[in-house]
Amino acid sequence: MSNALLLLGLLAAVTASFAWLEIDFGALFGADSLRQMGDYASGFLSPDFSPAHLLAIGRGALETLAMSAIGTLLAALLGLLLALPASGRCGLPANAAARLLLNALRAIPELVWAALMVLAAGLGPNAGTLALALHTAGVLGRLFAEALENIPGEPAEAVRLAGGGRVAAFCYGTLPGVWPQLLAYTLYRWENNIRMASVLGFVGAGGLGQMLYLSLSLFQEAQAATVILAMLSLVLGVDALSGWGRHRWVWN
Amino acid sequence: MILKLSGVGLTHANGQVALSDIGLAIAPGERVAIIGPSGAGKTSLLRLLATAQRPSAGRIEILGADPWALSAAARQRLRARIGLIHQTPPLPPRQRVVTAVLAGKLGQWSLPRSLLNLVHPLDTAGAAAALARLDLSEKLFEHCDRLSGGQLQRVGIARVLYQEPELILADEPVSAMDPVLAGHTLGVLSEETARRDITLLASLHAVDLALAHFPRILGVRAGRLVFDLPAAALGQPELDALYANEKLQPTAVPAAAPQPSHIPRC
Amino acid sequence: MLTRGPLRDPAALPRLSLSLLALFLLWPGLSLSELDLGVLLQGDNTATMGQFVAAFWPPEHGREFLELLGRATLETLAIATAGMSLALLIALPASLLASRALSLSALHRGGRPAWWGALLRWPVRIFLIVLRSVPEIVWALLFVRAVGLGPSAGVLAIAITYAGMLGKVYAEIFESVDPRPARALLGSGSPRLVAFLYGILPNAAAEMLSYTVYRWECAIRASVVMGFVGAGGLGQQIDLSMRMFAGGEVASMLLTFLLLVLLADQLSRLLRGRLA
Repeated sequence: MSNALLLLGLLAAVTASFAWLEIDFGALFGADSLRQMGDYASGFLSPDFSPAHLLAIGRGALETLAMSAIGTLLAALLGLLLALPASGRCGLPANAAARLLLNALRAIPELVWAALMVLAAGLGPNAGTLALALHTAGVLGRLFAEALENIPGEPAEAVRLAGGGRVAAFCYGTLPGVWPQLLAYTLYRWENNIRMASVLGFVGAGGLGQMLYLSLSLFQEAQAATVILAMLSLVLGVDALSGWGRHRWVWN
Repeated sequence: MILKLSGVGLTHANGQVALSDIGLAIAPGERVAIIGPSGAGKTSLLRLLATAQRPSAGRIEILGADPWALSAAARQRLRARIGLIHQTPPLPPRQRVVTAVLAGKLGQWSLPRSLLNLVHPLDTAGAAAALARLDLSEKLFEHCDRLSGGQLQRVGIARVLYQEPELILADEPVSAMDPVLAGHTLGVLSEETARRDITLLASLHAVDLALAHFPRILGVRAGRLVFDLPAAALGQPELDALYANEKLQPTAVPAAAPQPSHIPRC
Repeated sequence: MLTRGPLRDPAALPRLSLSLLALFLLWPGLSLSELDLGVLLQGDNTATMGQFVAAFWPPEHGREFLELLGRATLETLAIATAGMSLALLIALPASLLASRALSLSALHRGGRPAWWGALLRWPVRIFLIVLRSVPEIVWALLFVRAVGLGPSAGVLAIAITYAGMLGKVYAEIFESVDPRPARALLGSGSPRLVAFLYGILPNAAAEMLSYTVYRWECAIRASVVMGFVGAGGLGQQIDLSMRMFAGGEVASMLLTFLLLVLLADQLSRLLRGRLA
């Protein structure tokens, strides 16, 4: 009974959505429109493989890769720094403040951060790296804090009882237990960030996205097709690399 | 006196009384065993002496100082001179044995040295020597999660040997070892105590081991010190009274290592 | 530092080479990403940013603006929902084609399909990989160019990317449930669709629904972001207000976005709790 209601509600929501958007599917998939789309798509079927363009793409791809890697690295450092108070290691006020900050960082999407960073730091990959670092720090910080909360405290206490300092106790007692998990989270986010890094250029934050945006604005479909192929191979390559890294360091 | 307790009591936060009215004095160089049924308060007493917990009543003096009257920094310096051997050594599963042993001296090392040692072991020879005395040198570069319970206990002991403290507190240090190995390991501890003229205080559940290796025996039952006798003077009546109506010993289960979980991305 | 003999640390060389490799990669990484935190603190940049952020308070709350905001929010929700339903239309048949669970040739081969079966399945799988590996916002940009500015581009982009994701996950779910009921049906001569409906779907439905609801939540975030390339919804308004340096408007829209994400999160948790 209630499941039927739920289903009805879902159907109503879907119908309402299409009605609200007023998408004219007749026109969208009509012969005219399809021919127009076909013409547009056919431009992508002959990607531009000229050496000059490939060189530019290579540079863009490296820039994207660097943005995603450095952004993720910065995020992991910042996230760990914020996860320490957020896991309740530095008192209650710091805990609440760190959690609020992490939630704020996480809630704003990368692309909005990128638009803000382009305002704050100018066009180019620097803005993209910072945007990725800020959003990912929020995501990783929360995950790290959870990991730190769930790790048993005895090893660190044992180091403290042998006279070790707080930092030593953390590094010898807590970190060895959590770092595989921290690394796994970081690698997962890296896979995500390589996708984001390749589109942050749409708002002017460098990388392959900027090239794609430019070539599409200039109606250079052949060049755009090559950029999309480069994005695809970059994403698949990073997925493979990160999967290998997880296998090598996390599960062994 | 290296250890002095008078009227010491310990009540847990949940109101459970763990220890009450303990009076005790131990001189430098002594070897003392604590025996008693499980749940008698042996571990609580050792944790109290290791300054892991603050007594809720009475006065306590360790190595000539009241740890709870000291500043936090001074207390850390005091702790560096006390070695605590845990029944199940709390070692991170992925840590290597060499790092776990070298962690004994963290209280004496500077922070940069501690951090560098984490990346590359700085005193492999020292760790190997401590492990060799416990016949475990071939496990130097193993990960802790590859070791058995008895081997882990010996790693914990090697860590304290490497720490070179002035007072060794041992909580059931040989509970997971077979009798021959247990005897050998207690022998190593006794020899270390004699060689460096330090003090050893160990809780044991095997009375014969206590009698064989320790000149002085403390009996603890229900949070109270029942007797404090030289091993030679300890007779069957005292032991029978100490262990009357003892229930079965519960076995300790080590906590499982957390597995990295899959996080979906959005 | 490396002692000889049995005391030599077997991890020293791998660790050393890994650190060197990391350093070797870090340098070009830093120079390519042009990382420079100092830029943030430069005088005019801080001044611009300060002005912009200072305008965040109070958030814009004029009647006309709120009406616009409400319409944009509803549009975002509608884009996500419509996109998801189109994605389902593509994902369901694709996952049936990509999954090994309904293989007839696997019946008498101990669960391993014949090579020609795999050959037929691979194109579908590669198709799904391509659909989901191109980020949704790239699809959105392409569709904005192909069908013009507005929500239809967003709907199509979500439909395509999420079809790739849902198709892959559905196929995996079909393969992970107990294969015996479906095999028994196939073995007794039922058509594949019947074997699927009676043998697999009852066991897979809960997990599929739960994952679909979770993806719908993701689609809401995605539809906000896609607005930045002109695919309608809240994102397009945020982009416009940012270009006009209207801090107050940006602030109210970010707040709305937060509220939307929080609501979707709660609703998705509620639905998944009921369905699971």
